Amino acid sequence: MSLKKKTRAKTNPKMKQDHKFITLERIFKNGFVNFGRNIWLAIAAMAMMGITLTILLFAVVANATFSHTITDITSHIDVSVYLKDNVTNKQRNDLINNLKSIDNIQAVAYISKDQALKNYRGQNLNNKELLAAISETDNPLPASLVISPKDPNKLASIKDYLDKPAVKSLQSDPTSYSGDRKAAIDKIAKATHFFRQAGIIGIIVFIFISMLIIFNTIRMTIFNRRDELVIMRLLGATPGYIRGPFVVETMLYGVVAAIVSLVICGGLFAVASSTLQASSLGLLDIKYSGDYFKKNLWLILTTQILAGIIIGALSSTIAARRYLRLR
Amino acid sequence: MILLDRVTKTYNTRGSALERVSLHVEPKEFVIIVGQSGAGKSTLFKLLTREEKPTSGKIIVGGMDYDKLRDKDIPLLRRKIGVVFQDFKLLSDRTVSENVAFALEIAGLPTAEIKHTVPKVLDVVNLKSKENNYPRELSGGERQRVAIARAIVRQPKILIADEPTGNLDPKHAFDVIKVLEKINQFGTTVLLTTHNQEIVNYLKRRVVTIKDGKIISDRAVGKYKL
Repeated sequence: MSLKKKTRAKTNPKMKQDHKFITLERIFKNGFVNFGRNIWLAIAAMAMMGITLTILLFAVVANATFSHTITDITSHIDVSVYLKDNVTNKQRNDLINNLKSIDNIQAVAYISKDQALKNYRGQNLNNKELLAAISETDNPLPASLVISPKDPNKLASIKDYLDKPAVKSLQSDPTSYSGDRKAAIDKIAKATHFFRQAGIIGIIVFIFISMLIIFNTIRMTIFNRRDELVIMRLLGATPGYIRGPFVVETMLYGVVAAIVSLVICGGLFAVASSTLQASSLGLLDIKYSGDYFKKNLWLILTTQILAGIIIGALSSTIAARRYLRLR
Repeated sequence: MILLDRVTKTYNTRGSALERVSLHVEPKEFVIIVGQSGAGKSTLFKLLTREEKPTSGKIIVGGMDYDKLRDKDIPLLRRKIGVVFQDFKLLSDRTVSENVAFALEIAGLPTAEIKHTVPKVLDVVNLKSKENNYPRELSGGERQRVAIARAIVRQPKILIADEPTGNLDPKHAFDVIKVLEKINQFGTTVLLTTHNQEIVNYLKRRVVTIKDGKIISDRAVGKYKL
């Protein structure tokens, strides 16, 4: 005993310095050990957390894809003005200059009859009958002005100008406003808004369910290990030292769940973009989703792991406080 | 070392578990507490380890006034008191030396120091050869000596042993008692409760008898009597 006292006296100053660090290290070590011991109980909690994180990931990617689709379609909205064949160069240039002075107009492009024919042929390369029909007659396509508005929602000023009788008399066909497309865009925007809200509610519900399952997991673990916990308490373990490993253990659930969820999502995107040949599935541009996922992989991974750790730490802290009554 | 001043502990339903108990134990003393089941011995121990708070009265152990103890001081208090239980309370999935090391890990001692200290303590309780065995591979007496090793490894000033021989046959019981005597000789105050008349008569130490929550006798060199 006297020898022991001597060695202890020697190491004491260092011990005090390292005390916090050693305790933290042991809390982490115990957390890892418990994770291993508890693996079957942990799997249920991790599966649930994995589903939650997967839904979270899909929601983020879908949101990005919808936004991308809307921007994409919106940028294609334009106003086409078809000109009569007898419109002179001067009349045309006057028209272009007048249009350019209108506020909401970003650019005006002139497409000549020849250019229109070329475009038409380019678009219908595979349709030999159409091509044959068009080459037999004189070029029936009108020259046109393609107006790109700055804000596709505010076409009124452009419309007012184009509807003036003097301007109208130059036009061979009614102005094309992409009006039906705008209605479609509005619908998409509305749908996106709805999906976003549904996604947020879904995520909250699933986070809540995973937290409940983690709660129960921790409760069962505490019950399984109550003897050990009583002993720890009686030997003078601090509440933090007893609770800490539970929190570490569930944070590990979060990390594992995040990685599993990411692997599953990555696999799904890879399979989807190869089997669907990168085609668009209506509103969901799978190729874009896949690219977005790949491009932001590290950000997504970090976010997933952080979300997993936060969900785990939060629920286990509450559960440990609730079920580990430490006096 | 230990001072109880008119300590009363009342549980809600039954009467008082302890009633105005006053007890003074000097440093390095070996005190045997005798009493039938339900007499209040366990309550007394729970008060000393602060598992329970007294309804009234004052407790001072090792200079610490329990009235002034904050919640966060309780773990530190428990590290200063070694405890041994009738049912050993060993961790079944850890070896003998890991069980002893456990107490030092909790206290935050460096691993190197733990490795250095544990074999020495196992030597004190004559279990050096069993350090890698699991509790289930040991006899009752050996298990209790592991528990004692765990209780003394932090060199507490006070060791309280609650019926440590309760589950043991006479031979093993005496092994345990001899270890307690040895620890007392090193300078640790020992508080022991027992039912065993032979042990009380063998030890020839101060005997405090509790009955119905009251101290009914306190003799310097006592004999078992109830």
